[in-house]
Amino acid sequence: MDTVKQLSARLAAGDVSAVELAQDYLAKIQAANPALNAFVELNEAQTLSEARAADALRAEGRAGPLTGVPIAHKDIFCQTGWHARCGSKMLENFAAPYDAGLIERARAAGLVTLGRTNMDEFAMGSTNESSYYGVVHNPWQLDAVPGGSSGGSAAAVAAGIAPAASGTDTGGSIRQPAAFCGITGIKPTYGIVSRWGMIAYASSLDQGGPMAHTAEDCALLLNAFAGFDTRDATSLERAPEDYTRALDAPLAGLRIGVPKEFFGEGMSDDVRAAVDAALATFRTLGARTVEVSLPRSGYAVPAYYVIAPAEASSNLNRFDGVRYGYRAPEYRDLNDMYAKTRAQGFGEEVKRRILIGTYVLSHGYYDAYYLQAQRVRRLIADDYQVAFRDCDLILGPTTPTVAYGIGDKADDPLSMYLGDIYTTSVNLAGLPGMSIPCGFGAGGLPVGLQIVGNYFDEARMLGAAHRFQQATDWHLRTPPR
Amino acid sequence: MSLTDPQVRHIAKLARIELADGQLERTRDALGSMLGLIEQLQAIDTTGVEPMAHATDLVLRLRDDAISETDHRSAYQAVAPAVENGLYLVPKVIE
Repeated sequence: MDTVKQLSARLAAGDVSAVELAQDYLAKIQAANPALNAFVELNEAQTLSEARAADALRAEGRAGPLTGVPIAHKDIFCQTGWHARCGSKMLENFAAPYDAGLIERARAAGLVTLGRTNMDEFAMGSTNESSYYGVVHNPWQLDAVPGGSSGGSAAAVAAGIAPAASGTDTGGSIRQPAAFCGITGIKPTYGIVSRWGMIAYASSLDQGGPMAHTAEDCALLLNAFAGFDTRDATSLERAPEDYTRALDAPLAGLRIGVPKEFFGEGMSDDVRAAVDAALATFRTLGARTVEVSLPRSGYAVPAYYVIAPAEASSNLNRFDGVRYGYRAPEYRDLNDMYAKTRAQGFGEEVKRRILIGTYVLSHGYYDAYYLQAQRVRRLIADDYQVAFRDCDLILGPTTPTVAYGIGDKADDPLSMYLGDIYTTSVNLAGLPGMSIPCGFGAGGLPVGLQIVGNYFDEARMLGAAHRFQQATDWHLRTPPR
Repeated sequence: MSLTDPQVRHIAKLARIELADGQLERTRDALGSMLGLIEQLQAIDTTGVEPMAHATDLVLRLRDDAISETDHRSAYQAVAPAVENGLYLVPKVIE
């Protein structure tokens, strides 16, 4: 297993070229991907051309810390030279004519694209089972789900066939697969990473971010990904930050809030034991833990399943068979073309969310559902601000259980939704959240520790995570081959 | 809470998603169980709470009224299902 930091050092020292690294990883992908289905598109010529360009930059003395480091991109980001299928039949033939903001920044940093990673269709799912391109297998146990929706990204990093990947997180889609696959991932404060060219699911919640083995790697990658983009109306205009600046900050005096609601009913014993042990490690390192309360957090999943589908029903109107994507082969008239195109092009989970979103926005139900959910959203966000009066970071489990079996929840979407009980409130509030490996539970599957910070506190979160990773080796464990 | 079949058909029509007769019951049940989940929100007193539409308190930016885009028509239409002479083709809507 190589970290981004290690690869960066080897490239800088001239021990390896970007082309050699790319070839090495492509060979690993060829060997491992048939069993994992983590990558949905590979393009050796494209990868090697990016790698040659990175080597040329280095030869000219213009290399940055990430120049030549390979990365996998979630299939949700538009990227010239590649398809952007977003896990959907609807976009099977879609090759984006422009680069997403995150892709532009990754390119500018010299990161080399290894391929495009599998995901739940339109990022709607927690298991990767809704992908039109087949389920992703968890590298720790091939018959378990990798989580979702960034399941391909998480599985690729966990399996060591990509040192890092991009992901997106609307209700937990970076943190939950990071937890299920035993890697590190961070969803930044809403507005930090451009949403331009990132195929929209729920625009007020969607946020891109990095997934890698370590917090240090995530900090390096966030330095590349973050930044103001005029093309995203919700992008925040802020001075650039160095997210690595607090990696070595001591933990002495850090106040860690532990929300009592996150340790209640539904949390499995193995997850509780691993999270409790992680909290004890933080105390050993000098941090103080205090109990806090997020009294409305239990309503985060219901509020999320109003707001996200409502926004999705609006965002996904664009898939009408006219400007891009799939068009039904036979239809009577324009309305029939729309209806058949969408019936045939979208999968079950996506249709369910569009329909429920349409319902909660429809005449007579808007106030009762949509506005009520937005009011509850504010209460949930307010609860976090009250909690942050007594602590600097909030720690708890990322998920109530470790990864479950493929197919276990396929017929019961509601139980899958409830697995996002600890992650959705963070998106609703717009706060930064991350997941780091903190142990193993049932079946030898990884447990994730969630770290939530106040707005723009990514550097402190990454620092606390880095300190934990200096004292533990959970993030260095690799799945059996 | 459950929806009636006409309600489900109406929602599907609004969403422009064709529902075959065989899918009606399954869709109705799936939507009903989602509604059961979101009904929980009715239990919270939100009197006087301002709805939170977005994650941040946004102030929409203004920019200079200057041309910033170039012509992307052929690149954008290259991915369309049907185009002719720079126009998107759809079934006839006006007789």
